[in-house]
Amino acid sequence: MAEKYELKTKEVWDGNTAASHALRQAQVDVVAAYPITPSTPIVQNYSSYLADGYVDGEFVMVESEHSAMSACVGASAAGGRVATATSSQGYALMVEVLYQASGMRLPIVMTVVNRALASPLNIHGDHGDLYLGRDAGWIHLIANNPQEAYDMTLCAFKIAEDEDVRLPVTTNQDGFLVSHTAQIVEPLDDETAYKFVGDYKQKNPMLDFDHPVTYGAQTEEEWHFEHKARQHKALMDSPKVIEKVFAEFKELTGREYKLVESHNMEDAEVAIVAMGSNYETAKIAADEARKAGIKAGVVCPRSFRPFPIKEMAETLKNVKAIAALDRNCPMGTIGALHNEVAGAINAFGQNAIITGYIYGLGGRDTTVAHNLEVFKDLAMNAEAGKRVTPLQKFINLRGPELSFFKVGE
Amino acid sequence: MKNIGNLKEFATTPDRFQGGHRLCPGCAHSIIVREVVNATEDDIVVSTATGCLEVCSSIYPYTSWDVSWLHIGFENAAAGISGAEAMYKALKRKGKLPVDKPAKFLAFGGDGGTYDIGFQSLSGAAERGHDFMYVCLDNEGYMNTGGQRSSATPVGAHTTTSPRGRISYGEKNWKKDLTMIMSHHGCPYVATAVPSKWKDLATKAAKGFDTEGPVFLNTLSPCTTEWKFDPADTIMISDLAVDSCVFPLYEIENGTKLTITYRPKNKIPVRDYLGAQGRFSHLFKKGNEHLIDAWQKHTDEYWEYLQRREEAGV
Ligand SMILES: Cc1ncc(C[n+]2csc(CCOP(=O)(O)OP(=O)(O)O)c2C)c(N)n1
Ligand code: SF4
Ligand SMILES: [Mg+2]
Repeated sequence: MAEKYELKTKEVWDGNTAASHALRQAQVDVVAAYPITPSTPIVQNYSSYLADGYVDGEFVMVESEHSAMSACVGASAAGGRVATATSSQGYALMVEVLYQASGMRLPIVMTVVNRALASPLNIHGDHGDLYLGRDAGWIHLIANNPQEAYDMTLCAFKIAEDEDVRLPVTTNQDGFLVSHTAQIVEPLDDETAYKFVGDYKQKNPMLDFDHPVTYGAQTEEEWHFEHKARQHKALMDSPKVIEKVFAEFKELTGREYKLVESHNMEDAEVAIVAMGSNYETAKIAADEARKAGIKAGVVCPRSFRPFPIKEMAETLKNVKAIAALDRNCPMGTIGALHNEVAGAINAFGQNAIITGYIYGLGGRDTTVAHNLEVFKDLAMNAEAGKRVTPLQKFINLRGPELSFFKVGE
Repeated sequence: MKNIGNLKEFATTPDRFQGGHRLCPGCAHSIIVREVVNATEDDIVVSTATGCLEVCSSIYPYTSWDVSWLHIGFENAAAGISGAEAMYKALKRKGKLPVDKPAKFLAFGGDGGTYDIGFQSLSGAAERGHDFMYVCLDNEGYMNTGGQRSSATPVGAHTTTSPRGRISYGEKNWKKDLTMIMSHHGCPYVATAVPSKWKDLATKAAKGFDTEGPVFLNTLSPCTTEWKFDPADTIMISDLAVDSCVFPLYEIENGTKLTITYRPKNKIPVRDYLGAQGRFSHLFKKGNEHLIDAWQKHTDEYWEYLQRREEAGV
């Protein structure tokens, strides 16, 4: 048995520490991992829990992230709780295996501390890695601060392992801005946390030798499409379980999570949609904007996949202008979050004006003032009743102004 | 350790790898796989790299595997089995698995999945000391994708990416010596084997299953389709490989004790082995004879080296 770790009701934790404790409390059977900035502390913390007897599972310190995810697949197919953590280049190296893990419907949990992708090499936060794994068939949950990093990690196990889901889940937190920023976190005690997550329920485990199973079969034209469509359906159906788990979590902790989070949206005329730590910054900016007479609100999808299409449209149904902020360089088109939001509102017959902003690449600061500028753009669009600002702008980019699809061009 | 017994006993062991798969007639992969999986009575978990064996044995909704089986990708059979083995250890420690029923962990990879793209994953799993056996099915090329070269392709072999041509004699490099490399990882047991020496192979597999820690078996798997020989001749080609000492049979315990397990009574010339396969036919043309001489020299030197190591007990 693992030793109990005495925690205070309020701890001062950064996002990495918060995620590490959640992994420890879930009593993961196998963690296979490889270090990379800024998620390295998770791997180190886990090593010291092991050294001090706070975890009694296996910790496989592999030789690469490709092998980390591959060992996670082997362990999960064998039949137990599995988790890992990574960032950026490590995530990129895993991509092939991410698809293999989800295709085999293995409920692996991975904390992703979001970081830019090289080149140029950069260790700081952006959502390049999250976007890279967008279509990999995983559920991607978003945590905007250390408390959420802790909460989402506990919820992730319960969602992934649910009989009706059985899909791998990432919990994402911004590199440094969340992972290395200490805030007050209210953890559950070990027993309560484990009880919430629950015992692992095996499904077709390789270690049940009386019922041999074949994992990772070959399917060509006859079956591949059916398999992929069913996997997609599992993702599309997963919000029911995500909401059920969030409801149980609220019951236990009083902390409420929704598929789409929002701030000041009751009467908002303009809204910023963002994921990650900038959601917190934009909330402050919205309060400021209101002082200047702009009815500003902020929206954040709690899950990037499955994308909460209907809930997103519902949350935005009364606004006149929307800005979707992508912390990723779309390289030749409009940002992915912009396109998701535009698709969602369009699908439900809404016609708010929508523009996209690229921000925060490689850890570039995005402040309250920057978000306020966006709200001012939105107010202009709302007042004009049509788009008067460029379709795509860049926030806090040095050099000459860069934008695309200026009005009249 | 399973007593391998005589051929009749061994051949009537219930099959864990079933027929009806789609490997070519005469393919050595299935012969080797049967000989390996039947060399233990314990439960086994098998991981297999992408390649002929995987593609031909797991076409949904069918499977040839009457044991727990996993295929992830081309380069991660070793990492995958290391994860399964870690889970086994974790669940045993936590009291969630019966203590009295041992299970074994086995991985198969082609030479491409082992010598090349999967080498890092194998090296890592061996270094970490997982309790598993890795069996390389070495047919000296990427056969599943149409016979391209690998680092196991020997000098002079025609492959689709080292083709013979007006100015080319085929593959330019000697084969990587992977068995020795794995021995130097500190593996407690490594060995070479061929399908025709079934008892030698099965005994080594049984010994491998019985060894605690990482075990590496390198098996030569003659490929009728790409080596260009008659499907009926697989066993003969396998015998020519060991009788010419092109593929010597030996084992190394704990990285230091080398034992030659088969010594041909009449060592035949290498040209007999080469001449039996279409992939080397151009070596017999005028201007290429020096390659046959080089092959003979290389083979003799290596055989000599193995004998000296055995004599010296290192
Ligand atoms: C990452 C990756 N690269 C390339 C391939 C294509 N591929 C599949 S099997 C194979 C060759 C297999 O060769 P080997 O491992 O020697 O096995 P064999 O088929 O010869 O038994 C290749 C190149 C792949 N599936 N995955
Ligand atoms: S191509 Fe070669 S290795 Fe592949 S199935 Fe055919 S004989 Fe076997
Ligand atoms: Mg091969």
